[in-house]
Amino acid sequence: MSKADRLREVMAAEGEAVNENTQGFNAGRYESVARLEDYEELKEEARSIKEDAIERLPELIDELRESVEANGGTLYVADDAEDANDYVRSVVDDRDAERVVKSKSMTSEEIDVNEALARDGVDVVETDLGEWVLQVADEAPSHIVAPAIHKSREDIARLFTERFDPDEPLETAEELTAFAREHLGERIEDAEVGMTGANFVTADTGTMALVTSEGNARKSVAATDTQIAVAGVEKVIPSVEDLRPFVELIGRSGTGQDITSYVSLLTPPVGTPTIDFDDDETPISTFDGDRDFHLVLIDNGRLAMREDEDLRETLYCIRCSACSNSCANFQQVGGHAFGGETYSGGIATGWETGIEGLDTAAEFNDLCTGCTRCVDACPVGIDIPWINTVVRDRINHGGEDWEFDFLVDGLTPDEETGSPSLQKRFFGNFETVAKAGSALAPLSNWLADASVSRAAMQRVLGIDARRDLPEFRRETLVDWFADRDVAIEEPRRRVVLYPDLYTNHVQVERGKAAVRVLEALGVDVVVPPAPSSGRAPLSQGMVSTARDHAERVSAALEPYVEAGRDVVVVEPSDHALFEREYERLLDEASFERLASNAYEVMEFVYGLLDNGAPADALAGGDGEEIAYHSHCQQRTLGLEPHTVAVLEELGYDVLTSDVECCGMAGSFGYKEEYYDVSVAVGDELREQFTDDAARDRTVVASGTSCLDQLDDLLERPTMHPIQLLAE
Amino acid sequence: MSATPVDSLASALSALDVPCERTTPGEFEETLAEHCRGSAVGVPLEGVDAALSGTDVTVDPTPAELDAATTGVTQASFAVADYGSVVIPTTETGTELVSLFVDRHVAVLDEADVLPGMEAAFDRFGEELRAEAGSGIVATGPSATADMGELVRGAHGPSEVRVIVLEGDDE
Ligand code: SF4
Repeated sequence: MSKADRLREVMAAEGEAVNENTQGFNAGRYESVARLEDYEELKEEARSIKEDAIERLPELIDELRESVEANGGTLYVADDAEDANDYVRSVVDDRDAERVVKSKSMTSEEIDVNEALARDGVDVVETDLGEWVLQVADEAPSHIVAPAIHKSREDIARLFTERFDPDEPLETAEELTAFAREHLGERIEDAEVGMTGANFVTADTGTMALVTSEGNARKSVAATDTQIAVAGVEKVIPSVEDLRPFVELIGRSGTGQDITSYVSLLTPPVGTPTIDFDDDETPISTFDGDRDFHLVLIDNGRLAMREDEDLRETLYCIRCSACSNSCANFQQVGGHAFGGETYSGGIATGWETGIEGLDTAAEFNDLCTGCTRCVDACPVGIDIPWINTVVRDRINHGGEDWEFDFLVDGLTPDEETGSPSLQKRFFGNFETVAKAGSALAPLSNWLADASVSRAAMQRVLGIDARRDLPEFRRETLVDWFADRDVAIEEPRRRVVLYPDLYTNHVQVERGKAAVRVLEALGVDVVVPPAPSSGRAPLSQGMVSTARDHAERVSAALEPYVEAGRDVVVVEPSDHALFEREYERLLDEASFERLASNAYEVMEFVYGLLDNGAPADALAGGDGEEIAYHSHCQQRTLGLEPHTVAVLEELGYDVLTSDVECCGMAGSFGYKEEYYDVSVAVGDELREQFTDDAARDRTVVASGTSCLDQLDDLLERPTMHPIQLLAE
Repeated sequence: MSATPVDSLASALSALDVPCERTTPGEFEETLAEHCRGSAVGVPLEGVDAALSGTDVTVDPTPAELDAATTGVTQASFAVADYGSVVIPTTETGTELVSLFVDRHVAVLDEADVLPGMEAAFDRFGEELRAEAGSGIVATGPSATADMGELVRGAHGPSEVRVIVLEGDDE
């Protein structure tokens, strides 16, 4: 089955439930973190605890071993899945256990411990209701926090009826829960071994924190006399006090709960009496609390990730699922498409690469469009899109010699070692396409649109024929500017306007508008020729090509910055590159120089007006109603409010979109395998902008991709907000 | 008058739909009776000026009594006011069992043990857990699940929680 077909199939079967649930969680996250006064500080604290813990991991594991042993438990560090399973099996076997009750843990999914125990004839029962539903249905989790998120209440009712043939029909969520609780309750009370995960383990005391809403993990520990906890080695943190930021962040980030019902801090073996539930004579306190405890920490590739500059941050992940919930593509397809053998969502690429390998990650890695909406959502500040980009790069190169990439850096512009697909090379080298396109326009546009060439482009390059292609302009912005002769007396500021690929070749009008607006506000503008930013190759995972672009852009703009000019950028995805990704592509000084002097165009206008530039030099809105869609990367950088503020100051009535992303995201929406996902994501934007409140509003958007997508989704013309100001 | 930790606890609990009753040692038995439903079991209260001995609560029940009970009364080691959380210790008397294997959990605590927020709570956990390898559950409201299509209270654990704060008699 083609990738496009498979994605369509998953969306049809599971899309609706996933969409509703993830969006509910995501909205809950915004509300819940807004109630925290010190949200940003907590995130920083959480991140620095993780940075420190991973840095000192071997030492912390030694300390933890001492703590666990002093408490009377055993710590076993397993190299891989098989090693871990063998150890678990031996504990279960020593206990002569017939049944293991298990609470939710991704790490145990990762090692397939259920299968290993089942082969020994042990009955393993998942007690988390979501996990149990999946166990009954024989399916894999589709979300790291809510594993059965893709199943609706009706699906579950059907499943239970089929499987258990209950006396009373089960319909409501209450009935289903009560049935499961009854069924599982008996099994928990009869079990010998309780298996749990651990969200965090503190080295100083050997305390593990379990974050849950159901009481099943507590019951699994309390009702059995042998506890096994399995967790990745990365879960170790130094001290009990270090738990605090995570406890305050994890529920909010994931499901939008300020805190989950239970945060169990267990320092096993716990002293709760181990009772016989049928005993009706002996008081509970007479039972003793003898318990066996085994903590199994699993390496399975993690210690190697720790040595890997680009994958290391993955180990900071606390599995909250905020990256999945905030991801527009995940919201449509869920973890069965956007995920690997165990992990799903944005950070899954890092996890799966580290523990399973590149092949597994390759299956879904391209579903990350690099929109960055997960970056602010992640409570430990992991640059998830960067991890996806790096892994894409390694996939391009067949997983071999990817280090070599850095050696050829700068020597072979527009050339990648290894072999990214033709489609990736086409989009990655879009600068060349655009230059030729402009030089040959309008012939190129006419040719590109002809049905014969569209069919060929779909066949050879995988460009979906349903998409309108960008129309190249014969006269570029740089050409137009070179022919002008405008002098600004006593300029308020002096800027270099960066002619990004689209503004220069396609969206030339928005470039002209930017120049006119800036000049009207007393700014001296220059628009020199400059290389394209490298956004296009970076999106395709062509890191060395992107680095080459970055260096050339930096070299081209540096003289202007040194001469005291600010850099003004029209395209938000390029502005974001200067502010974020260039940190990874340039030397520190060059990055600092560019990033600290670059402004998104509306941000710059905001600053000018704020500093006394005359707003009446610009076209006023006079109450005109507009619908504004900001750009994902611009929002991640906190720049949406500037545009809105400027438009409002000029008298526009602004309604903003509230979707995470338009779904187009650069080349993503052009690719035939992702066209349907892109349109499904965009549909939410379309709905919002065609409902009663927005139907008659003028549509403005900041990003090129967003404009492309909106043009396809709506039957109204669109423009960049700067064009309103220049009219 | 600024809000005391007990005030904030009460308001956080009310947002969770958890009744928070303030009472005095003298009125404890009467207050508790109002909050017990069906047959009630409990663990002995320690270090507070109140006891279960004069109530209908079966203290130190057998496992079968626990299984049959609707209400479980235990002491909380402390509470975290701004989250509405109570901390359930694990004890040899079976606090964890009595608070978990029932449908309604009634937590009793002294007003002096209401801490303002998580920072204070984790400072206390740090000290206590390093001193002796104890355990505690930060429990916030009833157990819950959204796995069956919508939010349902009482997933494995209690579906109702009540908190009784013992305040001084001398006001
Ligand atoms: S990467 Fe960040 S947002 Fe995603 S699950 Fe991990 S901690 Fe949460």
